Amino acid sequence: MIERPESTVASIAQRNLEGYVGFANLPNQVYRKSVKRGFEFTLMVVGESGLGKSTLINSLFLTDLYSKDYPGPSLRIKKTVQVEQSKVLVKEGGVQLTLTIVDTPGFGDAVDNSNCWQPVINFIDSKCEDFLNAESRVNRRLMPDNRVHCCLYFIAPSGHGLKPLDIEFMKRLHDKVNVIPLIAKADTLTPEECQLFKKQIMKEIQEHKIRIYEFPDTEDDEDSKLIRKIKERMPLAVVGSNVVIEVNGKKVRGRQYPWGVAEVENGEHCDFTVLRNMLIRTHMQDLKDVTNNVHYENYRSKKLAAVTCNGGVDTNLNHQRKYHTSDMSPLAQMEEERREHVMKMKKMETEMEQVFEMKVKEKKQKLKDSEAELERRHEQMKKNLEVQYKELEEKRRHHEEEKSNWEAQQRILEQQKLDASKTMEKNKKKGKIF
Amino acid sequence: MSESIVPPEVRPKPAVPAKPPHVAAPSPTAPHGPSGLGGGVGVDRVPGLGHSGGGSTLLGYIGIDTIIEQMRKKTMKAGFDFNIMIVGHSGLGKSTLVNTLFKSQVSRWSSGWGSEHKIPKTVEIKAVSHVIEEGGVKMKLTVIDTPGFGDQINNENCWDPISKYINEQYEKFLKEEVNIARKKRIPDTRVHCCLYFISPTGHSLRQLDIEFMKHLSRVVNIIPVIAKSDTMTLDEKNEFKHRVRKELETHGIEYYPQNEFDDDMEDKNENDKIRETMPFAVVGSDKEFQVNGKRVLGRKTAWGVVEVENPNHCEFALLRDFLIRSHLQDLKEVTHNIHYETYRARRLNDNGDV
Repeated sequence: MIERPESTVASIAQRNLEGYVGFANLPNQVYRKSVKRGFEFTLMVVGESGLGKSTLINSLFLTDLYSKDYPGPSLRIKKTVQVEQSKVLVKEGGVQLTLTIVDTPGFGDAVDNSNCWQPVINFIDSKCEDFLNAESRVNRRLMPDNRVHCCLYFIAPSGHGLKPLDIEFMKRLHDKVNVIPLIAKADTLTPEECQLFKKQIMKEIQEHKIRIYEFPDTEDDEDSKLIRKIKERMPLAVVGSNVVIEVNGKKVRGRQYPWGVAEVENGEHCDFTVLRNMLIRTHMQDLKDVTNNVHYENYRSKKLAAVTCNGGVDTNLNHQRKYHTSDMSPLAQMEEERREHVMKMKKMETEMEQVFEMKVKEKKQKLKDSEAELERRHEQMKKNLEVQYKELEEKRRHHEEEKSNWEAQQRILEQQKLDASKTMEKNKKKGKIF
Repeated sequence: MSESIVPPEVRPKPAVPAKPPHVAAPSPTAPHGPSGLGGGVGVDRVPGLGHSGGGSTLLGYIGIDTIIEQMRKKTMKAGFDFNIMIVGHSGLGKSTLVNTLFKSQVSRWSSGWGSEHKIPKTVEIKAVSHVIEEGGVKMKLTVIDTPGFGDQINNENCWDPISKYINEQYEKFLKEEVNIARKKRIPDTRVHCCLYFISPTGHSLRQLDIEFMKHLSRVVNIIPVIAKSDTMTLDEKNEFKHRVRKELETHGIEYYPQNEFDDDMEDKNENDKIRETMPFAVVGSDKEFQVNGKRVLGRKTAWGVVEVENPNHCEFALLRDFLIRSHLQDLKEVTHNIHYETYRARRLNDNGDV
């Protein structure tokens, strides 16, 4: 795992300048260039529906990203977890910010929520992958940075502790993206309950070894005091509101209850201002840096290790890919591809041979079978014929017998006739003589 | 021989909690108790002689209406049973609400159950009984808690243990009933009422809520409540309630008081009014705070105190009145006459013998 880069101590000799050279102007040059280029930031919000995610986004950026005409994804009922992006270009003081909000409607809303984090993980990985590919291209001048820089995870204000779903999700995502847990709808909790709840959550986070986004330590005293204060208030308990109410003559964003008004921007009511300052005013660049240097590098090294090991377990490749990607040099890549192709060919060849053999065997078997069949039939027919022959013989014999009988009878009859005629003749002769 | 008409003594009106003026047929809690009179005998009080009430003319005061007093005395001695089940995923304030409802520590946290709030891996059924007394009336209250409901990642069929428990109680009762030598008063462990806690998302019912209520509305009286309603402003609350009611209707879920069991027009009107305001949006609390010189139960936030019993703040008072002050007996009746009978008919048909 790559740790945060430590600041390297310069071992170069320091020289004093004798006059004004002018490279103190460097930051301004960088500033001007960046302002011209504009900034990008991708923010992901995850949480069950009804926790006020859309309202918070609207409050954070003081615009209606989700308005009445384009209702936030949470107002539409979803059966499966979707991942939806919406891009917005906001301008302030000459600085342009392309803000991408990624929402995950349907998260944790079904009866069975196993693997509801999978679409989220896939999304984050696909963005890292896009960036990886863009980096490895030959022409990489226009490289958009669509990686997810920060993930705000909304915890329901139960007052007890984290739910199993929360723990599972954060465990799976803490090494892919900066996770900032927030307590949603914090106006449900009284200050004491809020303190207890926060302590309980932090305890559980440490127990399960979840690495949430940590603020970098600075050398500046002032800043480090602020940072320590922020750290004490983690996880931040936020309240969002789209509505502006008048309180004591002032117009504030807040929620109107019969017993009072909960002001969004009041530091004593909730930690919203802390979140906004931290997210936008002070640590946006740091979030991007950590994403680039830590999370993205982790992803990249895992991918590379998987490819070079040629079989290393990469837990993110859950689905099939049609084309391979790696970021070795193009030649090595081609070589790799060729080798793969050859291997594939060989495999196919052996497979085909096997198939062929099998088919041949089958055919032989079939022929044998039909031969045996024919033999049998032949036998059968022979038998039939013999039987018939015998029958016919019988008949013939019978017939012969009858014939001989009949002939014998005939002869006897003839004999009798002859005898009869003879005696008649005799009688006649006797008669005549007389 | 003179007829000894004993003039009725002036008796203080029995301290029955607020009830509609007409007293319906007093149905005893022990269904196999000594009531020889089935059906209702509503007798108009005869101030003097000869009065055309419903039925025959009474020539004097007989004292039939003292039956109410007699029943009252008997039931006070015997005491009531009431079993309430609370269902909802953890962190919705179920235990706090039950404590607030009965103004005492009756939930499972209070009986010395470990204070670890670990979420159990499967749905467990934990029943805790307490005897509470008020105005001479003793009630054995059993709170049946279901920790672990809806807390897992995969909540398929997490209502099965609950359904099994309810049917087991019916089975126990049936067995006792069918005994040759049966007890005078069968202990009633059947679940009279199930409070289902809806999470105040502000959008709509969750899939799990709908599934649970669909499966169990035919077996037990379900009263849906919106938990932790101090999350929502008034507008959000009304919208949410409206949406929840519509969804329940779409899915054909009959929650208590059920439409089909209304006896007469008066009941129907009363229940209709209640049905319009259900599900009740409640807030529970067992801490007291000072507001305008009064001590009230509530929750103190940085921007105000949420008063639990203030009808402008939440509907807890409505729920309490509905559950305890007007419909407690009706809940038990519906459980006995309808749900239990359905179970019994099914069992006897299936087996032929028990």
